[in-house]
Amino acid sequence: MRESEVMAMEEAREAVGDYDLGWHDPEHSTIRFDSGLSEDVVRKISAIKNEPEWMTEIRVKAYHHFVNRPMPGFGDREALEGIKFDEVCYYLRSSDATEKDWDDVPDDIRNTFDRLGIPEAEQKWLSGVTAQYESEAVYHSIREDLEAQGVIFLDMDSGLREYPDLVKEYFCSVIPYQDNKFSALNTAVWSGGSFIYVPKGIKVEMPVQAYFRINAKNMGQFERTLIIADEGSSIHYVEGCTAPTYSTDSLHSAVVELIALDGAHIRYSTIQNWSANVYNLVTKRGIAHKDASIEWIDGNIGSKLTMKYPSVILKGEGSHAEVISIAYAGKGQHQDAGAKVHHLASNTTSKILSKSISKDGGRGSYRGMVTVSPKAENCKLNVVCDALILDDESQTDTYPTMEVANASARCEHEASVSKVSDDQVFYLMSRGHSEEEALAMIVNGFFEPFTRELPMEYAVELNKLMALEMEGSIG
Amino acid sequence: MSDTQPVLSIKDLHVGIEGNEILHGINLNIAPGEIHAIMGRNGSGKTTAASTIMGHPDYEISSGKISLDGEDLLELEAWERARKGVFLSFQYPQAVPGLQVGHFLRKSVASIRGEDSAKGPVFREALKSAMEEVSIPRSFLSRYVNDGFSGGEKKRFEILQLMLLKPKLAILDETDSGLDIDGIRVVSRGINTAIRGSDSGALIITHYSRILEHVKPDYVHVLIEGKIVRSGGPELALELEERGYEWLESGNNEGE
Repeated sequence: MRESEVMAMEEAREAVGDYDLGWHDPEHSTIRFDSGLSEDVVRKISAIKNEPEWMTEIRVKAYHHFVNRPMPGFGDREALEGIKFDEVCYYLRSSDATEKDWDDVPDDIRNTFDRLGIPEAEQKWLSGVTAQYESEAVYHSIREDLEAQGVIFLDMDSGLREYPDLVKEYFCSVIPYQDNKFSALNTAVWSGGSFIYVPKGIKVEMPVQAYFRINAKNMGQFERTLIIADEGSSIHYVEGCTAPTYSTDSLHSAVVELIALDGAHIRYSTIQNWSANVYNLVTKRGIAHKDASIEWIDGNIGSKLTMKYPSVILKGEGSHAEVISIAYAGKGQHQDAGAKVHHLASNTTSKILSKSISKDGGRGSYRGMVTVSPKAENCKLNVVCDALILDDESQTDTYPTMEVANASARCEHEASVSKVSDDQVFYLMSRGHSEEEALAMIVNGFFEPFTRELPMEYAVELNKLMALEMEGSIG
Repeated sequence: MSDTQPVLSIKDLHVGIEGNEILHGINLNIAPGEIHAIMGRNGSGKTTAASTIMGHPDYEISSGKISLDGEDLLELEAWERARKGVFLSFQYPQAVPGLQVGHFLRKSVASIRGEDSAKGPVFREALKSAMEEVSIPRSFLSRYVNDGFSGGEKKRFEILQLMLLKPKLAILDETDSGLDIDGIRVVSRGINTAIRGSDSGALIITHYSRILEHVKPDYVHVLIEGKIVRSGGPELALELEERGYEWLESGNNEGE
């Protein structure tokens, strides 16, 4: 490594602290756009992808909406104003094709995914994998038996090419581009992401996974995911994300739309572990039809600023929403996360459990909204948010909103803020555990109601990750 | 006491908290296999003594020495002392929500006695028999550490840990407090199994003599206002039970 690179890495580490996944590969792109955004850039992205006219049009409209739309009036306004949209690279392709065999993926990129353990996990316990590197999926595969049953699992670009009617019907149907500034940005420049369709009655037992990796500096990643679970079907989708540590910022702004038709079940699990120089501004929402259920299992460990509130619209009678989330805000991080549920139909139920930990000056915020419409009878709502603060420099805030317009609703809301006590740490230390190990035990225990919802392999990884976060934290 | 190396040796120990001295020069030697009791009223410094031996960072040691098997403990942190073989059964065990009992026990055995003792049938057998001894059902293993435990469950769980961790020195701080007769019998059985017939030493801290009927001490020490004012055999505990502490307090015990 050249001296200047070593210095740059140390500078980055100084700024954001240690992060195990922060290595980067030399950048070699087959197409790299100059930084900055314009209508021309938007049209070029669409042209490279040979998209149908309607998609180009919607991108252009979304672009103009993005330009005119003010920043959100909540969250971390100061940090939001710090985003330098002109310095972001909006499209970067590192590989010319999406491969079905890891051996065909360029060596550097393949090595990265090897180090992240993706091919190994795929062999052992996944139904399918898509791996996205910068703007495009570089690898994609699904188990043959599922394909034979009619399950569609593609990267979003291939989805649009192969199933244009299905995409056209549902794209922007749950999250219109006008929803917010970042959903407009994503709609204008989206690239990659997953497209999934599960046919009627098919239950996909093992999870499918998408892994998103940003490698280049100042990169913007804007994947777009659309999952349609047809009547009586079920699927569990897992996504993970990491990026190298740089001293300049990257931008990740995804849009995820879920449609659970009558009686369908979608579980969407996320372990977001971006490096602490990534802005993570994501819009996630699902619509649950009659007797359907949607669960967001949402873990936020990394990033500089995350603003993300997975949402469910309970449109059909008897539908159910569950949002279980954790947020870890360490040095220089702000996790502004939460959940939204809208009860539009009768006999719908929802459960929100949010847990956040702040440490080393980090800030964790819970922002939640639950509404019950006047016509929705006999709804049940349960909201619990717990915060754990590890030191005096750190901060936690709670912004819960409940708008209940039907008196038959049964609402429960609990919130707690706690600190790790010296006596708790001493108790664990007296059983042979160092102070760092003791903290990790307390933190992992606090997150346990979340961790137990994850596939075992992810739970183990998350516990290790939190143990690493506790290392070097003792003054 | 013979010439053998004591398990625990305390010499002229002065300890304070936030500038106030609480222990004013304690001396104590516990030989292998011996059970000692320290008796005293609330506020006499019993818990300070227990916490100081374990290494609680809030207590300041102004002078004196504590050693385990001849090795100085004062420079070691609590977790290092635990790994050397010091165990404290807490008066108020702390809850750790989300940390499963089974996982915690395995981790603790691994860190103190080594990975091999925490694996496979060796660990399972030890766990099973220790749980039977202190009447803890299997379902306990999936509960969270001390979270929602009754007072009695907490104490039995402390003794379960004692049995699995097999320390050289067990300190039992008010293990009998809040227990009914059956509870005392169960934890006493556990303590006797863990200590009797081994080379371990034990220090039982209590202000009633009840537990000492079940775990017979070799020596009894009376702690008043941070000093050991009297030491004797098990008969001293009975005397305290009859006469209370007053006759030993300053002014009253001169000339005794």
